[in-house]
Amino acid sequence: MTPDLAHEIAQLTLEHLTLVLVAMAIAIALAVPAGILITRRAAWRPWVLGFANVMQTIPSLALFGFLIPVPLIGGIGKRTAIVALVLYALLPILRNTLAGILGVDRAVRESAIAMGMTGSQLLWRVEMPLAARTILAGIRVATVTTIGTATIAAAIGGGGLGVFIFRGIASVDTTQILAGAVPAACIALAADALLGLLERRWSASGS
Amino acid sequence: MSAVVEFRGASYLIGERRILNKIDLTVEAGETLVLLGRSGSGKTTALKMVNGMVFPSTGEVLVEGKSTTAWDSVRLKRRIGYVIQEIGLFPHYTVAQNVGLVPHLEKWDAVRIRDRVDALLRQVGLDPLHFAARYPAQLSGGQRQRVGVARALAADPDVLLFDEPFGAVDPVTRVELQKQFLELRTSLGKTAIFVTHDVREALMLASRIVLLRNGAVELAATPREFTEAASREARAFLDCLDFAAPPP
Repeated sequence: MTPDLAHEIAQLTLEHLTLVLVAMAIAIALAVPAGILITRRAAWRPWVLGFANVMQTIPSLALFGFLIPVPLIGGIGKRTAIVALVLYALLPILRNTLAGILGVDRAVRESAIAMGMTGSQLLWRVEMPLAARTILAGIRVATVTTIGTATIAAAIGGGGLGVFIFRGIASVDTTQILAGAVPAACIALAADALLGLLERRWSASGS
Repeated sequence: MSAVVEFRGASYLIGERRILNKIDLTVEAGETLVLLGRSGSGKTTALKMVNGMVFPSTGEVLVEGKSTTAWDSVRLKRRIGYVIQEIGLFPHYTVAQNVGLVPHLEKWDAVRIRDRVDALLRQVGLDPLHFAARYPAQLSGGQRQRVGVARALAADPDVLLFDEPFGAVDPVTRVELQKQFLELRTSLGKTAIFVTHDVREALMLASRIVLLRNGAVELAATPREFTEAASREARAFLDCLDFAAPPP
């Protein structure tokens, strides 16, 4: 491992993490409220879930490609990559938010309403705490997937560890490929472990 | 005598199905009115009309002289205690937090809440030292039901609603809870509406029994009058008592 390579690994790892963190922050900020909304508006469920489902079904490389010609959010580079990553991360978070909240025991919900809890008290004091573990599981799945999918960002100039992988494939250089794949896998495992720990912590508080 | 709760021609329809049919009923202050009936007779729906969980399709239900549709929904519910069979304790709250819920929502100060919770737990036969910090998952069915009753009493409501609260516990615990209900009833003097399909429970706890059949009031009587009733539905229930008795 040359010092240049080590330096580049560090740089691209940071770039990769940035892509993932920004995309996940946006995805959570969109998908959790959307999930809460569709627990209250059943008629919207097929549309919202359907949209997220379609986004997930499109092969990721194709999704990155489709976005290039789109005005405003398109083009080559990080912004497009983040848009694609956000779209890809929506479904697991959305589905788990819906399932987590609807999964709250009927008797608990009924007695909360009968105690005179307002809609927002019901949501924040009962539904969200009880759904938290399920929602976090969805976030964990989405995060791990996003770390992997973010390697494709390099294909459209988004940077990240995928740069090594594509470069390595093009020049048939295993070192380059591993320089990209190994850190990416490590980050994914670390994220999975960390978020898994948080999930278990949550269940320890008696829910 | 002021009627605390009054049903005036209250009906409830779901599509074509008539769940409740023009119910006229008054509940006087301090009495324990038992709504007795088979499954599907509309008794739970009638109960839910009192605290505004359900609104009548036609007619009205008055609580303290005001229609439930005119009451602020949240205020009405906070003034009425509600105990259901599955109890519905919050699994992520301790016993103390569960019992203190409505006082907390009503912004009582912490010391007052804590004192109230301790007093109520003692009143339902649970030692606060042992139980206040426990979670519902650590309690038996009977203990959970007691916590549910304490929770319903916490903000000192004038009216209490019970929906088959003792149905899911074993017979020994059930009798204990029924006895406790009677003690509380006497010492607290609250108005209670109690739904059950158990005629023995009805006879034991009621100051008045209202028998519902197919969504209509079949009979309203004191327990004594009920045992002497000629109505076929009443006799059907009373015959169940004989069946449960050991053969001579």
